Amino acid sequence: MTKTDTQSPDRRRFLGNAAALAAGITIAPGVTLYGVAQAKPLDQPVSNSVRWGMLIDSNRCADGCTDCVTACNTENGLQGHGRPATDAQWIRKVNLRDPKTGAKKSLPVLCMHCSEPPCVDVCPTGASFKRDDGIVLVDKHTCIGCRYCMMACPYKARSFVHETLSEQTPQTPRGKGTVESCTLCVHRVDAGGTPACVEACTEKAGRDAMVFGDLNDPASEISKKLAKHVTTRLRADLGLEPGVHYSGI
Amino acid sequence: MVEAAENSRVFVPSPPKGKGDKCVRDTDFMRANHMNLLKHQRDETMRKGIRTKQYSLKECVACHAVPGNDGQPVSYEDPKNFCRSCHDYVAVKLDCFECHASKPAKGQAHALPNADNAYRVSGGLPQ
Repeated sequence: MTKTDTQSPDRRRFLGNAAALAAGITIAPGVTLYGVAQAKPLDQPVSNSVRWGMLIDSNRCADGCTDCVTACNTENGLQGHGRPATDAQWIRKVNLRDPKTGAKKSLPVLCMHCSEPPCVDVCPTGASFKRDDGIVLVDKHTCIGCRYCMMACPYKARSFVHETLSEQTPQTPRGKGTVESCTLCVHRVDAGGTPACVEACTEKAGRDAMVFGDLNDPASEISKKLAKHVTTRLRADLGLEPGVHYSGI
Repeated sequence: MVEAAENSRVFVPSPPKGKGDKCVRDTDFMRANHMNLLKHQRDETMRKGIRTKQYSLKECVACHAVPGNDGQPVSYEDPKNFCRSCHDYVAVKLDCFECHASKPAKGQAHALPNADNAYRVSGGLPQ
């Protein structure tokens, strides 16, 4: 009832062209430099021409470094209640050890933002859903807190909020009785930014172990790296097509 | 709609003015339909990633920030809160602020705490 279209098709087309011009800078005829992800116009819905994903290089990830976890907690206002078994955890560090050789690895695990998300399949209310750009979210307005999605997720990516919360951050509404998980910092991504964990890994920790980008864009950094290096996805055998890729494991 | 008569024996809420000259729609429309605007915007933002600011809850909260005793915007916990000043009166419970922030983020532009914007309900609501 409230949707009003104040923009004529011509104006939309012009703005679209202008955005396309801004996104690519022609250096010489036939050579175009594409910048990093551009912010989409505020009034435009997300589209499936973009597929957000992440590449985590476990060789660069250091044992004991938790900057990505800290950044996530700060960005999204996640606070522990002294109950590690149930406290919200959107990203966690996992340590692997090969029992035969003793070789160790440390890597972050978060919501894999699957193309075929089982959490969406089992949700009885439609609260768990996948956006057109591949980001898997919980619509807490319709979540009834049944936690089927938590059982369906093979990555243990989701948390349930048990406590009454206060002082939530404006960009991340969270509340008691709903399930939540990594949103891929959707508020930042929609504004043309990168998730807080990736930013922290690159800028604060200086490790560059996490790369975020558009898997559909062959010119993006993540696509180039995926084309160059052998990467794996956790439990790829399940056929869920996770958007998070790992190298070095 | 509701007009606060100076000498009326009937108490009516008079919520503090927001920032700027007028709201995104006229006052009568907003009184009757603000929840529909918010609910529509909620689905557009959540499901489609449309983040226009006109009907965004975050913008409502920023524009209708009410200063507390310390001059900082009050949260929904405080009876001076803009939303509460009417919702308490009509006894309609709202769930928005169980999850959403009810005051602007630090650094976000919000209504300035000045005399024009002070809480105007004489005597205040029963607390």
